[in-house]
Amino acid sequence: MREILRNLSSRAFRVWQRDADVYFTVWKTEFLPPLMEPILYVFAFGLGLGQLIQEVHYQGRTLHYLPFVAPGIVAVAIMFWSFFEASFSSYVRMYYQKTFDAILATPLLVEDVILGELLWSTTKAMIAAVIMLLVLTAMGLVSWPTGLYMIPIAAMGGLLFAGLGLVTTSMVKTISQFNVPIFVIIMPMFTFGGTFFPIDVLPPWALAIAWCLPLTHISLLSRAAILGWWHPMVPLSAAYITIAAFLLAALALVRMKRRLIQ
Amino acid sequence: MRGISFEVQPGEVVGFLGPNGAGKTTTVRMVSCFLPPTSGTALIYGVDVREKPREVKMMLGICPQEDNLDPDFDVLKNLLVYGRYFGIPAPEVKRRAESLLEMVALADKAKSPVAALSGGMKRRLILARALLNEPRVLILDEPTTGLDPQARHLIWTRVRALRATGVTVLLTTHYMEEAAQLCDRVVIIDEGRILLEGTPASLVEQEVGRTVIEAWNHEAGFAEFMRGLPGRLEEVGDRLYFYPTEPELAERALEERFPHQERLIRRATLEDVFLLRTGRALRD
Repeated sequence: MREILRNLSSRAFRVWQRDADVYFTVWKTEFLPPLMEPILYVFAFGLGLGQLIQEVHYQGRTLHYLPFVAPGIVAVAIMFWSFFEASFSSYVRMYYQKTFDAILATPLLVEDVILGELLWSTTKAMIAAVIMLLVLTAMGLVSWPTGLYMIPIAAMGGLLFAGLGLVTTSMVKTISQFNVPIFVIIMPMFTFGGTFFPIDVLPPWALAIAWCLPLTHISLLSRAAILGWWHPMVPLSAAYITIAAFLLAALALVRMKRRLIQ
Repeated sequence: MRGISFEVQPGEVVGFLGPNGAGKTTTVRMVSCFLPPTSGTALIYGVDVREKPREVKMMLGICPQEDNLDPDFDVLKNLLVYGRYFGIPAPEVKRRAESLLEMVALADKAKSPVAALSGGMKRRLILARALLNEPRVLILDEPTTGLDPQARHLIWTRVRALRATGVTVLLTTHYMEEAAQLCDRVVIIDEGRILLEGTPASLVEQEVGRTVIEAWNHEAGFAEFMRGLPGRLEEVGDRLYFYPTEPELAERALEERFPHQERLIRRATLEDVFLLRTGRALRD
């Protein structure tokens, strides 16, 4: 680990820059999903589900379903965008395109490549969060200036799922094996991570599990930022996400290094 | 690897030959800082690959065996992005990239996607990419495998031109002709060890001699007759290889006793050395 930390350098930025260059050459298609997602959700939840669920009780207050669910959608997007970038996309770069091998023939070290990938996946989550925030603002669903807190939330949440994504990339033998972490970790979080309903309706045992899921904390923080409502859990959730993000990033560095040096 | 030791002089072209699994690529990977040696050291211009890989890699130009061009970028952008990894300023990268594309005859393909290139074009682009940082040592891992003769000769011409400018070249290849054409010195490795080392001509001379007599559809008693001559006889399938120690004597005797025997008398090559010393058994 000490060697890994010593080998990290600003050259990782070159890897980030490479991924960003690819992204911005196809930006029209890349920008579309985060633009469309909230609009689709607003239609589905506002016109469909919102008719069934008139109001939600959250933090002792009552609000419409749409403003309740909107911050959850941003939290989910942070998870999906960074996790998928660090899992499928990194795997394609590593295994099929041999992009990392090509980079390693230059003065960059394995550590630079992994750090660059972590930072890029994090950036992608941040871009998605900002686009969605703007769309939701246009719909009058964001409280400003507390909405600005979404930027650090997306950064830490993005790093967390980028780390998790690269840890899975270091473990899978074929690309189809990503289905395992997706169905064991990502999908349960998507459904039970405090996104679509307040978790306090859950029975105690399920509630205990829900509080362990990182997405629950990201949802809580997003909701606090976007609604502009302070929640007593905010400091604890922020600490949890930050610590988990750095631990997973460190684990990703260790595991990916082992995988890349063969 | 079981311990190999070699030294390369600046400006020398050295070829590593060996059957599949002999350790050629492993050697190259250790020299190019991909794989840390578990024991021993490798120094490039006095810099240890384990201590200072960044400095070593600044001096190297690496042409890998497999195509690892960036499919997300076009031809020119591949070079521009690669130059950034070395920290070369953008205008300088652009200048070098354009002249290198010219050199490998890809200037008109600058804006083509990598996927649209033929195998030969990809190899040429990989060579151009390896030269972008003006390396002191060029590492070519099977640079012409699968190429047509035109592309192969173009690569050979470029490598010779580079050698003339003083670039040191380490090359692995399965083509003995390539090694004989390009290398000042060849190192034959097998099972992780160095088997033979020397200039192509001296190895042929010392291991095989000058001449090889190949014969097929041989008449009764022919093999026995050849065995009686000074030299070494090898039977492979229905073909006989005879490596005479006294070629003139062998040729004359053959002409007298078996004038109608189908045969080919040719110069010994590096391939004869290779097969004699590493055997004819398949390796993988």
